[in-house]
Amino acid sequence: MNVVEKQLVPGISLILAGTDQFKTDLFSVTFVTPMARETVTANALVMDVLNRGSRQYPDIQSLSAAQDELYGLTVTPAVRQKGEIQCVGLRAGLIDEGFALDGAPLLEPALDFVAQLLLDPLVENGAFLPDYVAGEGANLADHIRGRINDKRTYASHRLIQLMCGEEAYGLDKYGFAAEAEGMDPGALFRRYRALLEEARVVFYYSGACAPERVEAAVRRAFAPMLTPRAGDVPATAVVAGGGEVRTWTDRMDVTQGKLALGFRTGGIAAGHPLSAALTVANIMYGGSSNSKLFLNVRERLSLCYYASSGLDKLKGLMMVSSGVEFSQFQRAREEILAQLKAMQEGDFTPEELRVGKQSAVSAWRSLQDSQGRTEDYWLGQVCAGTWEAPESVMEKLEAVTARQVAEAARQVRLDTVYYLTGEEGEDHG
Amino acid sequence: MDKREYPALRESVHHAVLENGLHIYVVPRPKYGQQFAFFATRYGGMNLRFRMGEGPWADTPAGVAHFLEHKLFDTKEGNALQIMAANGVDPNAFTSSNITGYYFEGSRGFEENLRTLLTFVSQPYFTQQSVDKEQGIIAQEIRMGEDNPDQVVFYQLMDALYAANPIKVRVAGSVESIGHITADTLYQCHGAFYHPGNMVLCVSGDVDPRRVEELAREVLPGGRAPGVETDFGPPEPREVSAPLLERQMPVAVPLFELGFKGDPAEGEAGFRQELVAELACEVLLGASSPLYSRLYEEGLINSTFSYGYEAEPGCAFVAAGGESKDPAAVREAIWQEAARLSREGVDDGLWARQKKAAYGGMVRRLNSLSNLCIDLAQSHFDGADYLSFPQLYQQIEKKEAEALIASWCVPERTALSVVRPKEEL
Repeated sequence: MNVVEKQLVPGISLILAGTDQFKTDLFSVTFVTPMARETVTANALVMDVLNRGSRQYPDIQSLSAAQDELYGLTVTPAVRQKGEIQCVGLRAGLIDEGFALDGAPLLEPALDFVAQLLLDPLVENGAFLPDYVAGEGANLADHIRGRINDKRTYASHRLIQLMCGEEAYGLDKYGFAAEAEGMDPGALFRRYRALLEEARVVFYYSGACAPERVEAAVRRAFAPMLTPRAGDVPATAVVAGGGEVRTWTDRMDVTQGKLALGFRTGGIAAGHPLSAALTVANIMYGGSSNSKLFLNVRERLSLCYYASSGLDKLKGLMMVSSGVEFSQFQRAREEILAQLKAMQEGDFTPEELRVGKQSAVSAWRSLQDSQGRTEDYWLGQVCAGTWEAPESVMEKLEAVTARQVAEAARQVRLDTVYYLTGEEGEDHG
Repeated sequence: MDKREYPALRESVHHAVLENGLHIYVVPRPKYGQQFAFFATRYGGMNLRFRMGEGPWADTPAGVAHFLEHKLFDTKEGNALQIMAANGVDPNAFTSSNITGYYFEGSRGFEENLRTLLTFVSQPYFTQQSVDKEQGIIAQEIRMGEDNPDQVVFYQLMDALYAANPIKVRVAGSVESIGHITADTLYQCHGAFYHPGNMVLCVSGDVDPRRVEELAREVLPGGRAPGVETDFGPPEPREVSAPLLERQMPVAVPLFELGFKGDPAEGEAGFRQELVAELACEVLLGASSPLYSRLYEEGLINSTFSYGYEAEPGCAFVAAGGESKDPAAVREAIWQEAARLSREGVDDGLWARQKKAAYGGMVRRLNSLSNLCIDLAQSHFDGADYLSFPQLYQQIEKKEAEALIASWCVPERTALSVVRPKEEL
């Protein structure tokens, strides 16, 4: 698949990923903006409010009816974090025209639908409708507070919050519950105007329609917002780390404990020469079912129900997440760190390296079978300020050596340890 | 293999039945970079009491199917997970109420991986010692489920809806029930449910159908085994078992699931009922229904609200739920809207749009190789032709959905399950 990014006007581009592999088209509009204390909540909330009703379709019922008529066109507000960049926008999914029962074109009506949501919102006296802002604000607040329901992701989220509390990265991409609830409809509208006029914008299309047709449809439907802007992609501050290790414990009525460890990757982030080596190191350490964490901490010692590691390549972080019985907290922590030490000392076999590289490459190869993940990948490229095809990433992964893996692992330093434990019992750490 | 064309969906399905009774379905998708293989048995959390042929009935503890799923990954050469991961794919498995399925998705070494998959699933290899060790791992998984409010609210709904149907029983069992599972229990259940005649193999992606058939013939046992029959308990009463069940957990907002008890249907009629029930859900509860807008604008539901139809042996129901400050008010509003629809009928425009949207949703699902293979397997076990949905949508009439709403969405067939935050109540 040949993917190209085309500038429509300075600061606004269209990524075209033409393919007839799927039975659907994916189209998205994304505003690329810095994660910042003052704007994070409004940015996260505004797409929900826009998706709630427009002048043409003022309520959910009429909106949905129009989408049903287009064979169930889906429009989903998307709030994503890429390093210290907040990406907010709308993602639309439609069936390929070839499957429409009446043979009518679907691309142009679908793009028009998304465009009128963004460009013709319900506005009174320079403000969004107060009812819609209050309703969506309450939902967003519930969503933020509802993070507590899934203890596994909650523990990872708390870890980031504690570890990067002084950095933009530590902000919740959905913002603050209290701010969402109390959002002023006028201030929200002003924030939206600023996004429309100033932010870097990325349009994305994946599907079987000809590129010229897609570009013409985008230029026509979104004409009012195609104004030149500086449109710089915000930068992400990579912190090398290496200070004192911090420990935090939360207590809650749970039967299984969670242990999450946050590491800094010593400055290895997107574009760094050891980036591919760190990807492989992470997979060998805790990123697959053949990893050291899986085989030793979970299988051999039965210390955890799950134990895995992941990277944020833009920010230069590695996180380990595990589910542990309370009584095993200390042993699990020691063993998780012992396995990292083994990686750092190059204590792994050529077979482990081969499998780790193979697993990293397979993950990349699987990207092409998912329209959604491919879109997210290219958006990530824009945010990283790079333009590298998955094939080229795979070549770099194939070339990684044992020495590089150990060297990359040696840059990884423990920063913060987080425990989620039961209401009774001793403190940890 | 015979080949069946579905021109409206631009699909062709290759199908074969081996001498041992195994059904194989292959859907080639040469443009995909990967292959997906799904090998499943008609055996899940509900198959607790069964017999082979005319043999005696056997009762087994809750959680055997799921336990077996874990243990089948043990092989003479080590854990199949690691063996296959070393060959570039991450195999996985799941156990539902009536299916246990093993699968992998990958872009290399397909034939070797398929051989490994068929081998480890069909050839159990474990000892009492390894079973004992697994007890601890599964007990942890069960505890994790007990902390998960979505699971709790679902099983509480099953308890409220059903008197005796084994859909009530947690698929993974309880810490207590799995304590009764021995290596013998697992071998016995494997013998009963894992013969090829009780199984299906579905493959899609960049594959050659003939090679799939050849490999299955080569690896799996050739002979036929006596059929296995499960006792799913006596027919359920028409009404629910309890109208309301509640409990407290550490959640931020109350979670609820409303259940409407329906009438089970089988085979092609079951598939048609599934499509009708999903359309009925849309006209009653969907985003373009009058009720949804009202509930959403009144803040009684939010974007977590979802709904669907589920059917298992001996049971069928519609469930709707999410977060709500006042679940009882949601229930009341749904009853009123159902009564209105039964009286006045469904709007023709709404009905036509819902059929289009539902068809679009089914087309969209076909993008995913895993959805396709799992849906084909499920419909094979149900005795239906999954890819016939475009024709079925043309046939289904509005009055079928209206009749379903009038019969199911009534107070005596409704149960409400709620998980409330700790400080409330």
